[in-house]
Amino acid sequence: MQSLHGGRDKNDACNSPAPLIIDSLTLNYFIDVGGKRTVAAKKPAKKPNVSKEELLQYYKDMLLIRRFEEKAGQLYGMGLIGGFCHLYIGQEAVVVGLEAAAKEGDKRITSYRDHGHMLACGMDPKGVMAELTGREGGYSKGKGGSMHMFSKEKHFYGGHGIVAAQVPLGAGLAFSDKYKGNDNVTFTYFGDGAANQGQVYETYNMAELWDLPVVFVIENNQYAMGTSTKRSTKSPSYWERGAAYGIEGEEVDGMDVLAVKAAGEKAVAHCRAGKGPYILEIKTYRYRGHSMSDPAKYRTREEVQKMRDERDAIEHVRDMLLTGKHATEDDLKAVDKEIKAIVNEAAEFSKESPEPSLDELWTDIYAEAEV
Amino acid sequence: MATEILMPALSPTMEEGTLAKWLVKEGDTVNSGDILAEIETDKATMEFEAVDEGTVGKILIAEGTEGVAVNTPIAVLVEEGESADDIAEAKLADAEAAVDEPAAAAPAAPIEVVTPKEMDIPEGTEMKSTTVREALRDAMAEEMRRSEDVFLMGEEVAEYQGAYKISQGLLDEFGDKRVIDTPITEHGFAGIGVGAAFGGLRPIVEFMTFNFAMQAIDQIINSAAKTLYMSGGQMGAPIVFRGPNGAAARVGAQHSQDYAAWYSQIPGLYVVQPYSAADAKGLLKTAIRDPNPVIFLENEILYGQSFEVPQLDDYTIPFGKARIWREGSDVTIVSFGIGMKYALEAADELAKEGISAEVIDLRTLRPMDLPTVIESVKKTNRCVTVEEGFPVCSIGSYISSRLMTEAFDYLDAPVINCTGKDVPMPYAANLEKLALTTTKEVMDAVKAVTYR
Ligand SMILES: Cc1ncc(C[n+]2csc(CCOP(=O)(O)OP(=O)(O)O)c2C)c(N)n1
Ligand SMILES: [Mg+2]
Repeated sequence: MQSLHGGRDKNDACNSPAPLIIDSLTLNYFIDVGGKRTVAAKKPAKKPNVSKEELLQYYKDMLLIRRFEEKAGQLYGMGLIGGFCHLYIGQEAVVVGLEAAAKEGDKRITSYRDHGHMLACGMDPKGVMAELTGREGGYSKGKGGSMHMFSKEKHFYGGHGIVAAQVPLGAGLAFSDKYKGNDNVTFTYFGDGAANQGQVYETYNMAELWDLPVVFVIENNQYAMGTSTKRSTKSPSYWERGAAYGIEGEEVDGMDVLAVKAAGEKAVAHCRAGKGPYILEIKTYRYRGHSMSDPAKYRTREEVQKMRDERDAIEHVRDMLLTGKHATEDDLKAVDKEIKAIVNEAAEFSKESPEPSLDELWTDIYAEAEV
Repeated sequence: MATEILMPALSPTMEEGTLAKWLVKEGDTVNSGDILAEIETDKATMEFEAVDEGTVGKILIAEGTEGVAVNTPIAVLVEEGESADDIAEAKLADAEAAVDEPAAAAPAAPIEVVTPKEMDIPEGTEMKSTTVREALRDAMAEEMRRSEDVFLMGEEVAEYQGAYKISQGLLDEFGDKRVIDTPITEHGFAGIGVGAAFGGLRPIVEFMTFNFAMQAIDQIINSAAKTLYMSGGQMGAPIVFRGPNGAAARVGAQHSQDYAAWYSQIPGLYVVQPYSAADAKGLLKTAIRDPNPVIFLENEILYGQSFEVPQLDDYTIPFGKARIWREGSDVTIVSFGIGMKYALEAADELAKEGISAEVIDLRTLRPMDLPTVIESVKKTNRCVTVEEGFPVCSIGSYISSRLMTEAFDYLDAPVINCTGKDVPMPYAANLEKLALTTTKEVMDAVKAVTYR
């Protein structure tokens, strides 16, 4: 694998300096991913051979996120969820693919757009939904909300509302694993908008300097609120910025769960081998507004529809399952039903769970010191 | 099974909205994801998507209806073979009832059109009802017309027209040289703003909220506030840092902090936090012209509130002058920003119980108009302060200490500070209510200091 440490091969014709994103607002956005340009920069990981069971599992995991988010949107509309609520619809393959590459002990940390990450790492949909409604049964007892949830058990370190603040935190988690001498890896997720914050680059420098086992996952969904990537940077690709610090990385088609998984496996192997951090720029797309109150006038309805029609990650796996005769329409209908039941149960729980008791206002401000 | 379509909540602060336009009609089939209607919220016009599939059986709320409370049934979806009419009859009655009483469904802050004791404008000046949002925009537009050196910079200020729509229309009028979208890089663009101010320009830097200014606070304090002093008076930073401050609604601990006391600590900064639209306008214009760095703290919940604004060609308000909103003799209530809402509501209620409260809006926190406060306390002998920030080292605690030093002999009771609670902001609705100060707390404090 060619390393950016050594610089690029000047003779490689494909290694043109032309921007990778030719037209970031159309499907061309994805065309080069896994295509020749990426091959030139770094050979993308080979798609794994997955079993039918695995494929079906990814389908279920992605569908759970989608249905959960649709339900959350509904509950928001009913006033049961308040404040900001950032849906993950469209980006499901990113977390499902990467979780497929993780092992027990690995950590993850992300931004406020966190529901998908929590479901994908095995957190209970009931606890997540109840946090969204601000109830006692939520992961933070209702005190954190949509943007701030945590699970020590699942090594999920939040849920952070300040854009890019999770990036150094993620490297710090990796620091702790390296310090302790285990082989855990931390997945540190952040957006294309976050990728412009200064602390990202301070972190890159230290992470490489100290060989921290962290996978920086840039979820490039092309927009930071109403600002398209084109309007916020002239540097054409985010993963390549790591080169300035000596960090290897690659670009991944985030609408293809198998491509994500393969890239994740490669990144994780790199970290576990003690070679330091790795960057995955995962090209994806959010179908909904930035948050529930975003009128989304910065892109056309056609753009969104085209992405849904032609690149939807769930439809893609569904096609694979059906055309490969790994599942029948009836099997998938049964899956739909199963997922719907889980989501409905979570929604019911989130409505029935009581509001936190009033004393909770005053708890958890300080930890008890051990005497 | 028929499904009711309910008026959705489409923003953190929305309690009712206008059903601007139906994009479907009765008899249409809809699929999940189809746009059903356009709804005007307190911030923007939003498209409302279908979640369920079915046929539009009945439209219960006609387009153009204003003040539709969240959760009011607005239409009914039916499945094949079902008749809309049976279900719709009952719903229609419900829906009408709900629209008739939006006030009951929306315990939103009443639109205060209190006429304060006017001190800044000539008698007979024409007044116009204006929202705080419009007043802020007008102030920036006027100052940008007045000086080419003034420009606005921040996240989503230009093409998006402002995350909270404060800069609506400015890009159109002034172009992208002067209304500049930045990447999400607070520390960087705050520093670039300060540098531009060193270089002779007059930047207005918008923070999407002041929570994010924490990324930039080093440049604000170490570079903007201290340079005049460190350069022996040679150069300073004429710059305005502005944006919403304090709690919005249900946005949790990292998005709901009041920084008034933080910035007020810093010599070299001016700190402004207006309540009314008139003050927002007059003070922002002053801030933009001032040769010093100014922290201009706004409040998201106040953006949509209307107040009377004087129609003057050039309405400015000097820093360091409090406004007495209401004269009284039994107690002095001192507040600023959204705290004024509680202060004024409490004063109204207390009046019914025969307690006469004088209500002072500080308007600028640094410099603070202590003489006005002290004069008032010399008259009433009692004082209650009101703010949303944390209690420890708060604005109220500073006022208390100054009153103790400068009006000790006039005080008939200890000063009470009504503040936000000493906890990070919780998300849960019931806890969030408890974490903020309330009109009731202010009333109780007044009763305590007046020994009622
Ligand atoms: C420091 C900071 N600045 C601004 C914001 C407001 N804000 C929240 S999300 C967001 C856009 C982030 O976009 P991106 O990183 O691409 O993530 P995405 O929302 O697309 O997942 C902004 C500007 C914030 N939360 N924190
Ligand atoms: Mg993004």
